[in-house]
Amino acid sequence: MIKSTKTDSQAAKPGNSVLRGGVAGAFLTPATLFIFVFLFIPAGWTLYLGITDYKLTGFSAVNQKIVGLANFQKALHDPQFLNSLKVTIQFTLGSAIFGQAVLGFLLAWVLSNVSKRLRSTVELIVICAWMVPSSVVSFLWVAFLNGDDGTLNLLTGLHLQWLIKYPLQSIIIFNIWRGTAFSMLLFSAAIAAIPKSHLEVARIAGATKFQQLRQIILPAARPFILTNLLLITLWTFNDFGPYLITGGGPGGKSELLSIFVYNSALRYLDFGYGSAIATMMLGMNLILSLIVVTLGRKQQKKK
Amino acid sequence: MTKLRTISDKTLSEKVSTGIFIVLVVSFFLLPLIWLLLAPFDSAPSYRLHLSNPSLNNFKEMAQNPYAYRSLINSVVFSAGTGLAIILVGAPASYVLSRVKFKGRDGFLYILLLFSSIVSGSAAMVPLFLLALKLNILDTYHGVILVLTGGLLPAAIFILKDFTDSLPRSYEESAQIFGASSFRILKDIVVPVIRPGLAVIFVWTFVQAWSNFLVPFIVIRDVNKQPGAVMMYSFYNEGGQAVIRTVAAFALLYTIPIILMYYYVNKKYGFRFYGGIKG
Repeated sequence: MIKSTKTDSQAAKPGNSVLRGGVAGAFLTPATLFIFVFLFIPAGWTLYLGITDYKLTGFSAVNQKIVGLANFQKALHDPQFLNSLKVTIQFTLGSAIFGQAVLGFLLAWVLSNVSKRLRSTVELIVICAWMVPSSVVSFLWVAFLNGDDGTLNLLTGLHLQWLIKYPLQSIIIFNIWRGTAFSMLLFSAAIAAIPKSHLEVARIAGATKFQQLRQIILPAARPFILTNLLLITLWTFNDFGPYLITGGGPGGKSELLSIFVYNSALRYLDFGYGSAIATMMLGMNLILSLIVVTLGRKQQKKK
Repeated sequence: MTKLRTISDKTLSEKVSTGIFIVLVVSFFLLPLIWLLLAPFDSAPSYRLHLSNPSLNNFKEMAQNPYAYRSLINSVVFSAGTGLAIILVGAPASYVLSRVKFKGRDGFLYILLLFSSIVSGSAAMVPLFLLALKLNILDTYHGVILVLTGGLLPAAIFILKDFTDSLPRSYEESAQIFGASSFRILKDIVVPVIRPGLAVIFVWTFVQAWSNFLVPFIVIRDVNKQPGAVMMYSFYNEGGQAVIRTVAAFALLYTIPIILMYYYVNKKYGFRFYGGIKG
C-alpha cells in the first residue's frame, strides 16, 4: 500500500494464462466461499438481527420476531448508547486524528533529518509498541498506570488511580502510543519519495525548515495524509483493544461502541439491540471505506 | 560570513529542539515497554519498575502452571493452522486474480476490498458468534481457525496478488510454448517462483492469528483450549497480583515469537506488509 510493487509493466498486463477456465474456477471457489460465509453472511445477518428482538434469554429467545426500527429508536433514547457514541468520537478524534496522525507526521519529518542510525533506533522503539500483542501491551499499560506503584506515578510523584480517574484520557494516550507507528511509516515513505534535489534547492535558497515543510513536504505528503486519516479513523473507530485495559469502565466512561456491542450482545445476550448498534458501525465503515477505495482508485489511475 | 553564521545558529537551535523532541518521544514509547524486559527476571516482580536478584525463577513458576504452557501450544495450533488455511485457500485464488483476465474480475476485487474493510471483527462479532454456534464450531480449534481465516483472507489475497503481479510471466509463457501441461507449469514453475511470497504470507498470518484476541475470546469458552492472547488477559484480569510472577514470564515468552517473526519479515521485505487488519 505504501510502495507500489508494480514496477514491471509487463507483469501488470493480463493475457493468456496457463489455466483453463475450469481450473481457474476451481482455484477461485474456496476463497469465494470463505468470503461469502465470513464476510457477506455476517454483514447481512447483522442487518437482519438489528431489526429483530432476538435474545438468548426470556420469551423472545424462542419466539423472535421482526420489530422494525424499534432497536434504533431505543438507541436514540438510550443514554448509555449516546454516551458510548460520544466516547467513541472523542477516542477516535483524540487518538487517531490529533494523536497518531500528528505525532506520526512529526516523527517522520524529524527523523528524515537525523542520522540513519538514530532514525532506525527510534523507529524500532515506536514499532515495538505497535507489534507487541494487544493483551501484553494492555497489561503493560495496566502496570504503567497502576495507582500504587505504577511507573507514571513514580515519575510524577503522584498517587493517582489513572484508569479510574481518567479512563477515557488513559485509553486515548494508550492508543496514540499503540498506533503511531503506522502513520510514521506511511509518512516516512511519503517524505522519502520527495526528490532530494527539491529540498537541496530550497535549503541553498535559504528556506527555513518550516518553509520547507509548508512548501515542499506537506504538498508532497497530501495524498497520503487523507488516506492515512481515513484508514486510522476506520481502525480506531472499530478498535476493541481498550476493553483489555478498562473493560469499558468505570461506569461506561471508556465504553467504546465495540465494547457496547460486546456487552449488550454477548454479555447480556440481547442480540437484536447489539446488532442494531453494530449496523450503525457497519454504516459508518461503509462511508469511510467507500472514500478510501475511491481515492485509491483515482490515485492509481493518475499513475 | 554573516549569512553563514545565521545558518549555523539556526542549525544549533534546530539540533536542540530535535534532540528534545526525540528524547521526549523515545521516553513516551519506551517507558511502558521496560516492564516487559525487567519484570520477567525480577525475583519479586510487581507493577513497579525494578530489577532485584535477577533469576529465571518466574519462568520456572510459569512452567508449573499447566494453563500457561497449554495456551502457548494452542496459540501455535491456531496460528499455524490459520497460516496453512490461508495459503491453501488464498494462494490459488490470488494466482487466478493476478493471471487470468475473466469477466467481473475488477468487480470481484472491488467488492472484496470494500467488504474486507467494512466488516470488522467488532461490528460483526454477533453474527460470528451465532455462525460458530450454528455451525457447531464453538469451542473447537477448527472454529477459531475458520473464523480467523475468513477475516484475514481478503488482505492475504491482496498481498499475494500484488506479489504475483510483480513476477514476470515469461517463465510460464515459454514453458507453455514448449508444450508443458498446466499442472507441470504450476508445480515446476509457478510454485517455486511464488514460494517467497507464500513464506511471507504464512508468517504474516501467523503473527496476526497469534496476536488476535477477539476471535478466540468469542469462540472459545473452555480454558484448556484458550490461546496465549486470552490466557494473558485472564491471568491479569482474574488473577491480579497473585499470579504476577507467572504473568511476567508468560508475557515475555508469548511476545518473543512475534518479535522474531517481525524481524524476519522486516529483514526480507520491510514493514510495508503490515498495513492490513488489526485487532
